[in-house]
Amino acid sequence: MASNPMYQFNVYRIGPEIKLGSVDISFTNASLFMVISSLAILIIFNLGAKKKTLIPDKIQLLSELSYSFVAKMISDTAGSKAKPYFSFIFSLFMFVLFCNMFGMIPYAFTVTSHIIVTFMLAAFIFVGVTIIGFMKHGLGYLKLFVPSGVPMVLLPLIVVIEIISYLSRPISLSVRLFANMMAGHTMMKVFGGFVISLGIVGGWLPLSFSVALTGLEILVAFLQAYVFAILTCIYLNDALNLHH
Amino acid sequence: MLKKIVILLFVTCFACFKTVFAAESGGMPQLNPEFWISQIFWLIITFGILFIVLTKVILPKISDNLETRKSQILENIEKADKQKEESQKKIDEYEKIILDSKLKAKSYFNEAREKILDDINKKRAALDKDLDEEIDEVEKELSDLKNKSGEKINKIAAETSAELIKELIGEEVNSSSISAIVDDQSKINKER
Repeated sequence: MASNPMYQFNVYRIGPEIKLGSVDISFTNASLFMVISSLAILIIFNLGAKKKTLIPDKIQLLSELSYSFVAKMISDTAGSKAKPYFSFIFSLFMFVLFCNMFGMIPYAFTVTSHIIVTFMLAAFIFVGVTIIGFMKHGLGYLKLFVPSGVPMVLLPLIVVIEIISYLSRPISLSVRLFANMMAGHTMMKVFGGFVISLGIVGGWLPLSFSVALTGLEILVAFLQAYVFAILTCIYLNDALNLHH
Repeated sequence: MLKKIVILLFVTCFACFKTVFAAESGGMPQLNPEFWISQIFWLIITFGILFIVLTKVILPKISDNLETRKSQILENIEKADKQKEESQKKIDEYEKIILDSKLKAKSYFNEAREKILDDINKKRAALDKDLDEEIDEVEKELSDLKNKSGEKINKIAAETSAELIKELIGEEVNSSSISAIVDDQSKINKER
């Protein structure tokens, strides 16, 4: 069954079965990679934050550059009002990025290739952003669905479309990340399988595809984390600065 | 050839997927809800811990670090500006000193020159005076000599002519008449 390209996405229990009441919360390979990613982030950034030298060394430079990268991303898209949410977006970006990148290691499990994980993140963001919007603007937040400068005739249609697009945000956000990660890993697995089945004679073509795809997937892993974070910023911007 | 291979690859790939989905009851493991709760649970725990530790411990440190670096750099720039100003002041002072000393040197030089010129003029005047005196003296002597020599010559000429006449004629001639003749002759010579 190992040649099945979907096999890599299987979740299986590691260690004993843990039950909380009647629900199964056993430690799985997915949990393992969540823990590994979080630990890696904490270790790297702790090392980068520990030393306080005027001229940073490599790991300090890495952490400071990521800090200013995310800070710039937030201030560019959501303005200065989004500063209190910096640490959440930073954690989100780093978590998704590290999960994606750990997934690129052969035999590793990609946490973000599971719709339930990305959907939970997206749903949390959606609910959080909606709560922030209503807290900042009260019922005025509903003006988000009524764009200004639209003729009265079109208004009912536009409002319906706006509401649908707003409600589909968590789905589009989660499916984008999940589908990208799953499709990339499946494709790599498929081409890897062709290398074996075509053998030494014909295996070179899929092998070269595999090599190119690895580079592409690393790019996609970074890009999807960035897109996830920047879309969060844009949603936050809608909630903080009501533009419509 | 390449196109054929690619098409073949995709066809086999598609067939592979089809058999896989047919063989497995759930299809994608992602849609199997067996471990959904577990994944949500561990996601909340890991992401929660990550978020809390980053917010409370690590990010403030990094931001502190960046802030201190920024302020330190600003401070250093300020210090450098101050030092630059100071050095500019010192350069100005130094240039002033050089200019002053140049002027002083010029005035010293001028003074010395005037002194020397004065000295030279004085000495020259003294020398001129001495020379003039000497010249006057010599001229006087010369004129004396000239005046005296005319009379002497006349006298000698008269005496010589008296002797000559005595030798030639054998008798004495009145010396006063001879000297009168000599005087006449010398006058004629002078006129000539």
